[in-house]
Amino acid sequence: MTNAVPPEATPGGGDGEVYSLNMGPQHPSMHGVLRLLLDLKGEEVVKAKPVVGYSHRAHEKMAENRNTLQFLPNTSRIDYLSGMIYNLGYCQAIEKILGIEVSERAVYIRVIANELNRISSHLLWFGTFLLDLGGITPFLYSFDDREEILDILDQVTGSRLTYCYGRFGGVTMDVDEDFLARTTAFLARIRERLGMYDDLVAKNVILRERCINVGVISTEMAKSYGVTGPSLRASGVVYDVRRAEPYGGYEKFDFDVPVLHEGDTMARFHIRISEIEESCKIIEQAIKGIPEGAILPKKMPKRFKIPEGEYYFAVESARGHFGMYIVGDGTDVPAKLKLRTPSFSNLSAMPEALAGTMLADTIAIVGSIDVVMPEIDR
Amino acid sequence: MPETLSQLLDDSVLAMPIAAGLIMGALTINVLMLVWAERKVSAWIQRRMGPTEVGPFGLLQTLADMLKLISKQLITPSNVDKPLFHLAPLLAFAPVIAAVALMPFSKSLILVQNDFGLLFVFAFGGIAVIAIFMAGWGSNNKYALLGAIRSVAQSISYEIPLILSALSVVLVVNAMGFTLASGGSIVVANGLDLSHIVMAQDQHGLWFVLVQPIAAIIYFISALAETNRAPFDIPEAESELVAGFHTEYSGMRFSMFFFAEYTNMLIVSMLAVVLFFGGWDGPVLPGPLWFFLKSYMVIFVMMWVRWTFPRLRFDQLMTFCWKVMIPLSILNLLATAFVVAVL
Repeated sequence: MTNAVPPEATPGGGDGEVYSLNMGPQHPSMHGVLRLLLDLKGEEVVKAKPVVGYSHRAHEKMAENRNTLQFLPNTSRIDYLSGMIYNLGYCQAIEKILGIEVSERAVYIRVIANELNRISSHLLWFGTFLLDLGGITPFLYSFDDREEILDILDQVTGSRLTYCYGRFGGVTMDVDEDFLARTTAFLARIRERLGMYDDLVAKNVILRERCINVGVISTEMAKSYGVTGPSLRASGVVYDVRRAEPYGGYEKFDFDVPVLHEGDTMARFHIRISEIEESCKIIEQAIKGIPEGAILPKKMPKRFKIPEGEYYFAVESARGHFGMYIVGDGTDVPAKLKLRTPSFSNLSAMPEALAGTMLADTIAIVGSIDVVMPEIDR
Repeated sequence: MPETLSQLLDDSVLAMPIAAGLIMGALTINVLMLVWAERKVSAWIQRRMGPTEVGPFGLLQTLADMLKLISKQLITPSNVDKPLFHLAPLLAFAPVIAAVALMPFSKSLILVQNDFGLLFVFAFGGIAVIAIFMAGWGSNNKYALLGAIRSVAQSISYEIPLILSALSVVLVVNAMGFTLASGGSIVVANGLDLSHIVMAQDQHGLWFVLVQPIAAIIYFISALAETNRAPFDIPEAESELVAGFHTEYSGMRFSMFFFAEYTNMLIVSMLAVVLFFGGWDGPVLPGPLWFFLKSYMVIFVMMWVRWTFPRLRFDQLMTFCWKVMIPLSILNLLATAFVVAVL
């Protein structure tokens, strides 16, 4: 069954009246505050127009009004599901601009924290996506797994969601043996669980019917809209910032960039599941190779003045290419900080993917693209 | 004891109020228990505790919830079609009570004995669709309307395999010419009489699930769709349509839809027990207890399915009905007719 439903097969009939449905911003499966203006013919979506801006918090403006260090807590609140990646990414950007050396140990800790965060984000996506498709039980299992990550990160960072773990030059707190042991135990657990999810969820016939050939984003379409992250890799493009422009020590690790060519909802599902496996691989290597040493440089400047000029630094968040465009004017307050968030570009490709699908597919496609609304509105 | 109850109902002028009161009371308790069971079953499947706080094992949790719903304000949104909006919950609620009255809980414990009980149960089931459509149409809400449209299409489609599968049982009962010992005399079984269907299985020691396994499976799947249960819960698919046809209902009006839904589950399960699992037939325990135990087993499977599967898409649901279920049930009926004719 494809999403190319012939018009006469829709309940509204071939030449039925087109009516509009305002879905969101308050709707159970609009992932926060996404608002979709749908033009429907029966159950078939003729046109979809996303409306954003319901959780605008002016993070970019805030960056222009406080010094670089003061902006640090904001970073993890831009995308609350990959807060660690954003937080450490911002630190890495400033370090690169100022040429601050990061100790080996801190690099390894950052990689572990980043990848744990990525797994937790993908697990949350796994649960909520299936919730969108009407499967309630996987949600509780994946949150159970995710809870373990939150506990592990809570132990070392002191927060569960909006981490502020990075500092320019390292991380705030050192990890201990217990942290590494718990992380290793978690890897064993999640690998076992992934097998179970594959058997019970990915092979489920209803899920496959709902996902295969639904919401196809072609390679050209993905490229032209600037789609990044798992959604891009599900459309057949091998692009991962960790590989394309290695940062933060990722060049030392051996991992694959999973790619599928279908571009449909099922491909996006499989990509994220394989990314969890790849993240497990990276964490395993990092735990094995973590060196002793300091986590912060001995002498640090009081103020981090950004030299005059324009800088761009990108990291791979759980949703794709997260870029920071920083304009410095010689003070420690950036003249401009533009955030290039992956969800925004990913969402922009959605209307084209939605046209011609059924109303129920809309939910599946929105879910499979994995948008985080606060990240779009910033 | 059942004999006297039955006679009391037959003879007294109070028959109607007593029967109605009995059914209402029993059904209310039943719904409260079913909601509790649903929450416990889902909790077990999801490795949670479920309700534990109110009463032993959280048994009174749903009672507390019901009290909360009763005490809530009845909100009527602006611009609703008032007669339809107000009438719909009642219309959803009434036929399910009527259908329960037809069920043969044991050989003698039948509140309304009718020669065409099976037809009446399906007829009452059909009224629920009208109530849902009234709710969706009258609510002045597009989600509700979409839910209602889906519900009507779904219920009407799935009624066909549901009735066809039941019909194969009727065919077996009628054509085999089962003779039943009833009250000293011997009668030929009437396949539309619910108690006759059970007696045919009871007295010949053969549950029809063994005679009609395909019909039993078709019946169960159609029953899931007919009662809007997952994975066929698209009329109230909360991730798409918020709450479907009852989006705009609150308080007691909402709980009446809720009541109707759970009682509908009980009715289709009871009918499944009557048609395929030998009704009150069972050793040691009294008949009505067996009847309820079997019904609850069927309901348990329905809950198990709900908390295991994701939801189908609307067009897939219809395709499945018209291209798989209906041809299969017609084939089954024809095969049954053929076998019965040859024998």
